[in-house]
Amino acid sequence: MATLIDAPPPTVAAPTSKSAGGGLGRYILIRFLLIFPTIFILVTLVFFLMRITGDPITAAQGGRLPQEQIDALVHQAGYDRNLFIQYIEYLGHIATGNFGRTISDGRPVIEMLAKFGAATLELSINAVMVALLVGIPLGMFAAHKRDKVPDAVLRMFAILCYATPVFFAGLLLKLTFSVGLGWFPVAGRASTTTELAMGRLAAPTGVYWLDALRSGNLAAFGDIVHHAVLPAVALGLLTAGVFLRLVRTNVIGTLGRDYVEAGRSRGVSEYRLVTKHAYKPALIPIITVMGLQIALLLGGAVLTETTFEWKGLGYQLAQYLTARDFVAVQGIVMLLAVIVAITNFVVDIAAALIDPRVRY
Amino acid sequence: MGTTVLEPKKKSLLNRLPVSSHIRQSVGLQRTMLLIGVVLCAVFVVAAIFAPVLAPYGYSQISDDAGSFPAQAEPGGKHLMGTTVGGYDVLSRMIWGSQTAMAVIVAAVLMSIFLGVFLGLVSGYFGGWLDRVLVVIADAIYAFPTLLVAIVMSIAINKGQSGFWGGILACGFAITAVFVPQYFRVIRAETIRLKAEPFVESAQVVGASSARIISRHIFSNATRTLPLIFTLNASEAILTLAGLGFLGFGIEPSSAAEWGFDLNKAMSDASSGIWWTGVFPGLAIVLTVVGLTLVGESINDLNDPRLRGRKAAGAKGAPGPSTAAAQSAIAANVRGL
Repeated sequence: MATLIDAPPPTVAAPTSKSAGGGLGRYILIRFLLIFPTIFILVTLVFFLMRITGDPITAAQGGRLPQEQIDALVHQAGYDRNLFIQYIEYLGHIATGNFGRTISDGRPVIEMLAKFGAATLELSINAVMVALLVGIPLGMFAAHKRDKVPDAVLRMFAILCYATPVFFAGLLLKLTFSVGLGWFPVAGRASTTTELAMGRLAAPTGVYWLDALRSGNLAAFGDIVHHAVLPAVALGLLTAGVFLRLVRTNVIGTLGRDYVEAGRSRGVSEYRLVTKHAYKPALIPIITVMGLQIALLLGGAVLTETTFEWKGLGYQLAQYLTARDFVAVQGIVMLLAVIVAITNFVVDIAAALIDPRVRY
Repeated sequence: MGTTVLEPKKKSLLNRLPVSSHIRQSVGLQRTMLLIGVVLCAVFVVAAIFAPVLAPYGYSQISDDAGSFPAQAEPGGKHLMGTTVGGYDVLSRMIWGSQTAMAVIVAAVLMSIFLGVFLGLVSGYFGGWLDRVLVVIADAIYAFPTLLVAIVMSIAINKGQSGFWGGILACGFAITAVFVPQYFRVIRAETIRLKAEPFVESAQVVGASSARIISRHIFSNATRTLPLIFTLNASEAILTLAGLGFLGFGIEPSSAAEWGFDLNKAMSDASSGIWWTGVFPGLAIVLTVVGLTLVGESINDLNDPRLRGRKAAGAKGAPGPSTAAAQSAIAANVRGL
């Protein structure tokens, strides 16, 4: 989604003539209420699109079971009724948190989401950390060296980050660091012993490194980090390029401001100018864009998890897609939609809190 | 987004063609990047068009007169880039893959331009409840991960499996669903801006019909940014197609070659140190996307006079945002609505 577009300092330039009175509370409320139509539209679209060509049972079992048996199953599940009635019923179920049962293994979808969501969350957090650690310093450096060789090299690097599909990046990382050099494990979230130890924990969060730290199991923590490096780098680099360009653009913008010039004339070092004076105002658009990146990140997570057999939502999604289990697919897609909608809400609020000019 | 509408004078055709005129304008590093991009794109297009001539074997060929191809043969000899587990020739599938990618891009981009531009014009010009509904739907889709939109669409179209043309169309439609909201937003924003321009008002006063105003006066002015969005989106279309293929939602291997699908099959090879089955199709994706991106970005920078290379004047001292300002303007317009 227009990932390469260096997002604008979005609202700074736009005159906020439309903001009529209101205030922060009102803004937050309106923005919060806007989540619901977004989710509702996505639920509706996904429901009808997934059902337009037939019922999920035929899709999953077609050809494997005799037709009468499929018909019986379809009838039993109520998939042969009017689609609109099913839709209303589906909405009712969702409102009460009932996403149905997966067809391939008969588990409640909600349970599956809770179990694998934590793994995806963990991967996303790791990836964002990599993206920020790589993107922000390099972006500041590129801004500092503007229009010189390092800047051109970093620009190329950013394009490469975007142009490389995460699964290809993952493949290259695996070939180099796992198979070639043997530094990191090929796949998985942890070694078997650690997985078992994590499984025995009472009230786990599901985010492994957090669980390991809470239980004071340092060996497990090391093992988890060891496994997490390659997937986090593969997914993190995808967004690192975007951050790099964004930081560069914004730092260049703020470096030209008068107050930076004033600092320079007072003898403030160039390093300090870039890292302190110009950097902080440049952060605001980064927060906004981070929100937009969540969608990119989740899409990438699906592919990264498949590449590294990281047992999260994305990995499950790929499995269920292969099994043509569209009830499960629908559940995962809906959860991701809700996450995206809520993230966008949080990001908008954060932007409004940081920069009072942001209101619409 | 300047408001100048008419070219001052007609230049020669070569000068007016989007890319070639940009090459003439560019200098230094910018020119190098644009030229690299153009060359990469040219290689891609040539490979796609002449795949039957260039590829040593067919995409699903596993034997020739001398017998079956060896499985997982190392690069060299008869198979310059080796063979896969199934005995396919990697080089051939890489070349044929460009044809699949190009077919999908053309299908997807044409469909999304047609739909997106049409909806954007109508929605922006007439406004009202139709506009509101379309904007809300487009926003909802826009915020959603592109890959998931594409997955849902390809399930809706064919339950995720099909032959060559069916697969191309399904992938095309899936990617279209991703892009329509983007074209829609841009064109709608432009239309709303143009609607208030004097030349539209004068056309209304003269009594021109809405259809005529939209098709003649607004359309030709609102679509100037399309080549840019096209190149940016073409690269994303390739990535989406590869993502779909990687998840096994592309086109069947026997009916076409598809890079993402080949990469998926190569994943299991990687653990045993077989690198050639994955690295080559992966490189094909990266190079094509880099090429398209370089062309798109260069055009974007060159279209914005503030960003155009200024060797003589010295490049320093321009405080404005340094890349994609035009895009930022579009994005800002659209986001702020």
